Amino acid sequence: MVTSTVTPKTIKSPAARTAWLNGRYPRVAAMAVVLVVAASLPLVMSDYRLFQFTLAYIYAIALLGLNLLIGYNGQFSLGHGAFFAIGAYTTAIMIDRWDIGYGWTIIAAGAICLVVGFLFGIPALRIEGMYLALATLALALATPQFLKYHLFEGWTGGVQGIVIDKPEAPFGLPLNPDQWLYFFTLAILLLAFVLGWNLVRGRTGRALVAIRDHRIAAQSMGINTALYKSLIFGVSALYTGVAGALSAIVIQFVAPDSFTLFLSIFFVVGIVVGGLGSITGAIYGGFFIQFVPNIADAISQAAPWAIYGIFLIVFMLVMPLGIAGFLAILWHRLIMGRLASDGNEGHPTET
Amino acid sequence: MESFLQQVVSGLATGGIYAALALALVMIYHSTNHLNFAQGEMAMFSTYISWSLINAGVPYWIAFFATLVIAFAGGVVIERLIIRWVEDAPVLTVVIVFIGLLMIFNSVAGWIYSYDIKVFPSPFPDQPIQIGTLYLGPHDVGAIAVTLIVLAILFLFFRYTSLGLAMRAAAENPESSRLVGIRVGRMLGMGWGLAALIGAVAGMMVAPIVFLDPNMMAGILIYAFAGAMFGGISSPGGAVFGGFFLGVTENLAGSYIPFIGNELKLSVALVIIVVVLLVRPSGIFGKVTVSRV
Amino acid sequence: MSALLQISGLEAQYGLTKVLHGVDCRVEEGGITTILGANGAGKTTLLRAVCGMVKTSGSILYAGQRIDGKATEDIVRLGIGHVPEGRGTFVALTVEENLRLGAYTRKEKNKVAQDYERVHRYFPVLLQRRQQQAGTLSGGEQQMLAIARALMLGPKLLLLDEPSFGLAPIVVLEIFEIMRTVNQEEGVSMLVVEQNASLALNLADHAYVLETGRIVLDGPAEEIRGDDAVRRSYIGY
Repeated sequence: MVTSTVTPKTIKSPAARTAWLNGRYPRVAAMAVVLVVAASLPLVMSDYRLFQFTLAYIYAIALLGLNLLIGYNGQFSLGHGAFFAIGAYTTAIMIDRWDIGYGWTIIAAGAICLVVGFLFGIPALRIEGMYLALATLALALATPQFLKYHLFEGWTGGVQGIVIDKPEAPFGLPLNPDQWLYFFTLAILLLAFVLGWNLVRGRTGRALVAIRDHRIAAQSMGINTALYKSLIFGVSALYTGVAGALSAIVIQFVAPDSFTLFLSIFFVVGIVVGGLGSITGAIYGGFFIQFVPNIADAISQAAPWAIYGIFLIVFMLVMPLGIAGFLAILWHRLIMGRLASDGNEGHPTET
Repeated sequence: MESFLQQVVSGLATGGIYAALALALVMIYHSTNHLNFAQGEMAMFSTYISWSLINAGVPYWIAFFATLVIAFAGGVVIERLIIRWVEDAPVLTVVIVFIGLLMIFNSVAGWIYSYDIKVFPSPFPDQPIQIGTLYLGPHDVGAIAVTLIVLAILFLFFRYTSLGLAMRAAAENPESSRLVGIRVGRMLGMGWGLAALIGAVAGMMVAPIVFLDPNMMAGILIYAFAGAMFGGISSPGGAVFGGFFLGVTENLAGSYIPFIGNELKLSVALVIIVVVLLVRPSGIFGKVTVSRV
Repeated sequence: MSALLQISGLEAQYGLTKVLHGVDCRVEEGGITTILGANGAGKTTLLRAVCGMVKTSGSILYAGQRIDGKATEDIVRLGIGHVPEGRGTFVALTVEENLRLGAYTRKEKNKVAQDYERVHRYFPVLLQRRQQQAGTLSGGEQQMLAIARALMLGPKLLLLDEPSFGLAPIVVLEIFEIMRTVNQEEGVSMLVVEQNASLALNLADHAYVLETGRIVLDGPAEEIRGDDAVRRSYIGY
């Protein structure tokens, strides 16, 4: 047992070191490094690579929203592709028909998805687990059908979809459109990240987790479960809608068949592989969604999806808590390992 | 009126397909506590195996039963090889493994057999059955009969045999099951084998109607899933009912509601189901589980 | 008397936390042994260790045979019935199905049928509730069902994890009375973990006191009851 009365400033006890390693400084430092690397990628990468990274960030934004809903609040949605589609079409229609600036269309897309998500969240209160998955699955299935529906064709362009132009960098910045959109997306991702972080670390986050882990107990503690659940449905739809809007701008094209059930399934894959209930998990997930199909294709052109499936299974067997969970355990081990080499046990042996 | 009845009948025929697979989903749920998204692709793969056997000159019914044996063994192997390692993992982790399996089966089937559509034989005669002015497809009737027979056998198996009881127990509470001496791993393996077997039956009954291709089950699985949830995931009979209900509703909505047509009929059927779920959140025949605080 | 169950030097841990530090205890053939201790002392872990549900080191001898390291299913087949913490009934199955499962490993149909009648004699309420889902039973009825299910195994040794937990005093008395009958008439040995020390000491012939994973006191139940420290800490007067 450490019975040191010396202040930790002069002699760092192992316990203090553990606390420091578990504290915020290493994380902040790591994030700063990641950010610097991310910001310098346009210097070294081709425009096409940059475009792929931009898409990965966009997926990360959508996954962040979905993770708020599934990971933190325990509501299972197989239908977030629908919100992605609503966001994308909102932007495309506003730019194509009314020539509105793309920045405004993103705000509009987010707002519309917030409202639609909130409204969808209200009936969803009555159903849980797999039944909620079915209801949201219906949403995902219906989306391409509605987008193709002949009465809406005047707006949606039917099966053909809508083509839009890529925006130029503003303020005379010396960037080509791909580079500009990369930074633009990175900035929004950062904003989404910070907002999400604040949301889950505060009172709201505790309420969400309480509802996920024990709805009845949460209710009896005075948490308005109905309000929180439908609100978080709205917020998660907002994130996904913003991501959808960005994707329309970056890809310059929307069409019904980009928003099939598979998109929604990939989102769920992304958050689970990235790490449920982890904010950083969304980023790993975004990269998984964007790049693993390419890798699978490179390994076997004959049966790429079999390779992808094997990837999924191996990931889940090795890291059942996702990449974020795996890294957290690894980090923990590392700290414990250091302590063990200091000749101390990390925890008292009795509880 | 006659055309209405004819629409109902053809709805029942497609509903029979959904019902068969919905039943397989519920069975695996009963014996493993998971909804297996790869079920449809496993069924498709089994059907390809029987197609290979039949093509090699094996008589239909021998190929049929041989496929059942192979499917059962395959299900057991998948459980013992892959699923057992995620048995204690969070539900969504298991779901992702299922999605992985789905992709593997689909892709490998396409790779071995190509994505070309193949004709699959029906064991039933081709003369249409006429009742009054209604015409029934003999294969539809046969497939429905097979579904109902399988349902009856399963009901008896789970209800009255001690093996069936042990399988239900192992799915519900593995720890207590061990404490009464049930070999839980073996039971879960059997559950997968059984579900794969039912899936194989469904696949071989469906293939003559929708033709055989690697994607034949994708759409049907969603209907089956919806049908199973609609009837109540805890009830095999409910799942069969849900499947038939979905087939008929979809068909009637497509033919009688003018602005819907074929474009939106799936959406309409799903919306109806969601609305029903809002009223009865555990499905029509589902048991309402009591949650204790 | 010879020992039916002999535990020596038993150690167990969950992750980094060691729960049992070398426990020695025994249950005599036909006897009732009780283990007293506060929450978190390791009582439940000890019972789970006997049934092979936690990894342990040390040795566990049952009827002269090493059973540590064996699979739970195999240990159960040797005639050890475990009534777990929280009762562990199959809530979605009917009462009758729960009892049928209790006899899952047994082949002799006649004796199972006899036992089926016998547990209903002990717990007539289970007969009334035969077709009901176990999850809908009251706490007391669930505990009765859990014990009845363990008896359907035809056990030589019964492990009971806090049979009085969360039950009304009158129900507790009834259940303990039945346990005594089962022991005296059928010679079933028992290892009973309890927080209600005075009840357990009345029932048992031998008692151990477990504190943070170590046996700190043991002796005939009579003697333990007379011990001042035990009386103050566990009986409360």
